[in-house]
Amino acid sequence: MLILTCPNCGPRNVAEFRFGGETNPRPTDPSAVNDAEWANYVYMRQNKAGVEAEWWYHRAGCGLWFLAERDTRTNEVLKTYVWRPES
Amino acid sequence: MPIRLIRQAINGNKPLPPMWRSHPMKGRYDVIIIGGGAHGLACAYYLAQQHGITNVAVLEKRYIGHGGSGRNTTIIRSNYLTPEGVRFYNEGVKLYEEMSAELDFNVMFSQRGHLTLAHSDAAVRTMRLRAQVNQVEGVNSRLIWPDEIKRLCPWLDVSDKPRYPILAALYHPPGGIIRHDAVVWGYAHQADKRGVHIHQNTEVTGITVEKGVVTGVQTHHGFVEAGMVLNATAGWCSTICAMAGVKLPVTTVPLQANVTEPLKPFLDVVIVSGSLHVYVSQSDRGELVMGSSVDPFTSYSMAGTLSYIEDIASHILELLPALSQVRVLRQWAGICDMSPDFSPMMGFTGVNGFVIDVAWGTGGFKAAPVAGKMMAELIATNKTPALIEPFRLARFYEHDLVGEKGATAVGH
Repeated sequence: MLILTCPNCGPRNVAEFRFGGETNPRPTDPSAVNDAEWANYVYMRQNKAGVEAEWWYHRAGCGLWFLAERDTRTNEVLKTYVWRPES
Repeated sequence: MPIRLIRQAINGNKPLPPMWRSHPMKGRYDVIIIGGGAHGLACAYYLAQQHGITNVAVLEKRYIGHGGSGRNTTIIRSNYLTPEGVRFYNEGVKLYEEMSAELDFNVMFSQRGHLTLAHSDAAVRTMRLRAQVNQVEGVNSRLIWPDEIKRLCPWLDVSDKPRYPILAALYHPPGGIIRHDAVVWGYAHQADKRGVHIHQNTEVTGITVEKGVVTGVQTHHGFVEAGMVLNATAGWCSTICAMAGVKLPVTTVPLQANVTEPLKPFLDVVIVSGSLHVYVSQSDRGELVMGSSVDPFTSYSMAGTLSYIEDIASHILELLPALSQVRVLRQWAGICDMSPDFSPMMGFTGVNGFVIDVAWGTGGFKAAPVAGKMMAELIATNKTPALIEPFRLARFYEHDLVGEKGATAVGH
């Protein structure tokens, strides 16, 4: 069973969380990108076999959306952290 | 096959010749197919059989049928929701019906009937819509009510006692199950006989693209020149496409399944419940083969989880309470290349000579023969066949998605 460490609540069973997908920054100015770039943002994913940064939501806990670095080949979680504007 | 058996008995039971051979890697192949599953091998077979293209290699990282082809729950059906999907999968069912004769190998296709249960008014409405779309496309599929469900499967609890009572079902008589390994071996045998090279234990580590044209494939046995490259790697398709610089709207998510200990034959239909996220059928060995919906997060790991077993057991007992003493024998996971609209992606990419047959999500096995045949036609003629035109990768840039809510393990 995968254990995720919520930045607020500590190590918890993964069943308490909702997976939010790999980080996929929205274009800062949506009106400045063309249709193909927007389709890339909406649909295309890196889907890495390796360490990826991804969103998690502590649904059955504190309700925090946070980031995790997880190896998708082994499900090993390297770290979890709170999003900061500069990160 | 029986003649071969008699010959064996007379010859003193010498070992049979292998169904496919090993070859040294050539320096160049006209077509390189990455992924030795049912899709890749079917494409190799049709390239050789229908189009006379035999300088073909199938590269497989492990052994053939190691991925989704050996991990699915072997259900074959065509009762999808979108007209594009129904037309496509119906061609697949027809090819499966002829497969044993075509490949001269018994694939044990048992068209025993397929029931998709509805537990809510919304689900009944969806089933009615699916039945009508199916009928318009000439597929045998209709909505039936609990009395007929009970006649087809007396073991199902059709009372109002379960938390989610069975209200109706979509009945699809041509649906059924098959021996999935036999499909892989049959295609491998017939492709090998026609000169296709099958390279197992050969991992692709890079794809060489020069000025927008594919020139070859880097493997850990060295570089191989290629006229065309087909990516048929299912769960791993994003990693292969990334080597050619092609973006895919795919996420890889495990789907778990399990079998129980063998029982006497008692279940002669395939039972699916979208609301309870389960499907169950009885194999020829007597084992109950069960599957579920995909795991709650993406992963390339093929490890099973305890929470899956708990969920599926509780849901199966809602449907078939008589199974409460039956034990689970094995559990496994396969990784699925999930697509945003639950429809696959077949055809050309932005890179010349690099084509894809991917994003099969939870239901690619049933499509292997028709996808292989269509991709072979596409490779041979350099044109997209009309049947698979709706499934082109470019649809995501043209906002022309094919929303397939009749896909396996999609909740309704």
